[in-house]
Amino acid sequence: MAEFKEISPNASAGEKLLNWVDNRFPASKMYKEHLSEYYAPKNFNFFYFFGSLAMLVLVIQIVTGIFLVMHYKPDAALAFASVEYIMRDVPWGWLIRYMHSTGASAFFIVVYMHMFRGLIYGSYRQPRELVWVFGCAIFLALMAEAFMGYLLPWGQMSYWGAQVIVNLFAAVPFIGPDLALLIRGDYVVGDATLNRFFSFHVIAVPLVLLGLVVAHIIALHEVGSNNPDGVEIKGPNAPKDANGHPLDGVPFHPYYTVHDILGVSGFLLVFSAVIFFAPEFGGYFLEYNNFIPADPLKTPLHIAPVWYFTPFYSMLRAITSEMMYVLIACVLAGAYFGAVKTNLPKIVKAGVVGAAVFVSLLMLSIDAKFWGVVVMGGAVVILFFLPWLDNCAVKSIRYRPDWHKYLYAVFVVNFLILGYLGVQPPSAIGERVSQVGSLFYFGFFLLMPIWSRIGETKPVPDRVTFTPH
Amino acid sequence: MSDTPVDTSKRTWLIASTCAGAVGGAAVAVPFVSTFQPSERAKAAGAAVEVDISALKPGEKMTVEWRGKPVWIVKRTPEQLESLNKTESQLADPATDRKAYPNPAYAKNQHRSIKPEIFVAVGICTHLGCSPSDKFQTGAQPSLPDDWLGGFLCPCHGSTFDIAGRVFKNKPAPDNLEIPPHMYLTDTKLLIGEDKKA
Repeated sequence: MAEFKEISPNASAGEKLLNWVDNRFPASKMYKEHLSEYYAPKNFNFFYFFGSLAMLVLVIQIVTGIFLVMHYKPDAALAFASVEYIMRDVPWGWLIRYMHSTGASAFFIVVYMHMFRGLIYGSYRQPRELVWVFGCAIFLALMAEAFMGYLLPWGQMSYWGAQVIVNLFAAVPFIGPDLALLIRGDYVVGDATLNRFFSFHVIAVPLVLLGLVVAHIIALHEVGSNNPDGVEIKGPNAPKDANGHPLDGVPFHPYYTVHDILGVSGFLLVFSAVIFFAPEFGGYFLEYNNFIPADPLKTPLHIAPVWYFTPFYSMLRAITSEMMYVLIACVLAGAYFGAVKTNLPKIVKAGVVGAAVFVSLLMLSIDAKFWGVVVMGGAVVILFFLPWLDNCAVKSIRYRPDWHKYLYAVFVVNFLILGYLGVQPPSAIGERVSQVGSLFYFGFFLLMPIWSRIGETKPVPDRVTFTPH
Repeated sequence: MSDTPVDTSKRTWLIASTCAGAVGGAAVAVPFVSTFQPSERAKAAGAAVEVDISALKPGEKMTVEWRGKPVWIVKRTPEQLESLNKTESQLADPATDRKAYPNPAYAKNQHRSIKPEIFVAVGICTHLGCSPSDKFQTGAQPSLPDDWLGGFLCPCHGSTFDIAGRVFKNKPAPDNLEIPPHMYLTDTKLLIGEDKKA
């Protein structure tokens, strides 16, 4: 327990109150640790807006969500009409609803930018592995939250989207059908499914999400923020002032709180423009088919998930039985490489070859449908391992070999192409392109331990690059 | 703290009580997880459906709901039945030998039905559960091969089925469409959900 602090009897009432609280709760201590004496590098750029923006969108979603729940009915017979009721009859209900629906897309835009920032500046590298891992868990929880929320309006896209995703679980060998039944609570997506998704969407997942956000920030403040140069400002050799504060850092408050107000203003400008002028965003934020009530007898002619899921959805669609032979060839090639080109002990090599043969046999005997699910899940799960895949000598893209920049550019373009194809109806050419795209996506990560070592890195400066303005 | 010798009897009891606590916790999880199962009401729903097909003309399809799923009844034209011979070589499982989805013995033939012209099937794709759309018109069209002979296309992932609900090769769907148990009460009255054996 901390020492009980006495305060001068002449102190103001405010100071006395704060002292009373501080003796019982670490209010000032936490304020200092996380705001006024949390030193962040002074060379943050545009990409560093997105962390605080993600927090802002989380608050928007929670607040608008609370108000929507006051009018929404989680009942298959009433849900669709209750959303329309919010849109037409509840005073300003349309605004709250559009804030929530646009907020969902905004959340993913902000989070994708935030993840891209981490990717190019090596913010996941030692000692920030757990910051990244918590972040990936947040992304996963966010996907679950968005997916279950999308069922609630009970439109055609809600219904058939849920039907497809729940059936993904049915593809798991042996336990699959029972697992899908357990998720739906009925033999088809129905009232039971809507009710439980509502419960998960408004209670369970948000609680998990909040816990993970706290963990993400505690981990970040423990190790300190990275920066565009990938220079450690709090390291043992980093320059510090007389008080031991890093010379390359500034206190988060007031410097970055004020700085982030600029980001918030810019964000709210765009966010409001979408809410007021294009809330459906051409069918990307709210799909047109979702304005038709759910009909279990008829799938709309073209169904696609909301845009933020489509890169992963493309990868799911890319796994056909033809593609399985390519994947088996990849597994066997990997095993050959492991067995012939490396210096692993013989027993490990035998294990690698055995595992590859076993996996190949599984790939031949289980339907491509299941492997599509594995690939889609794997595309998210692989992100968790990024800190241990990257072997480059430097963190930031600024000091990596130039061709790394092109590779990252191709990765981003590839991700966007996969996203575009996921919105489109299935086609033969689209299938081929998404197959190549999926191979590239996984190749980028799985071969990273090798390619990230190749090439000559540039010298990393001792101090961050910063010009006062 | 590390200097204190380990009290083994205390440790044994700690382990035992932790294990007992874990077992109790797991046991409490059982009722919670059980609530995820379909309720008794959901299980009770699903009686057989009687359908009058006298108004169905050749080349037409009607849809009825059985256990919350769409069941299609298609009256096929002679040309459509003829097309089944031509699609045979392009199918993943022409004789419906796979057993993943129900296919009653009376539908284990080329036209997959009791009467050749009347086709009864569950209109749910065996891939991920979308309901395929009718593509009865022949010839080239978007998302379909140029020599299309008529059948069904799943809008979600592009699986194609011939007019007997048999899946084409190299498509995401692994199985032919499910055939529900059904029987004719009279020549124009179908009972879906029950057959003679039941």
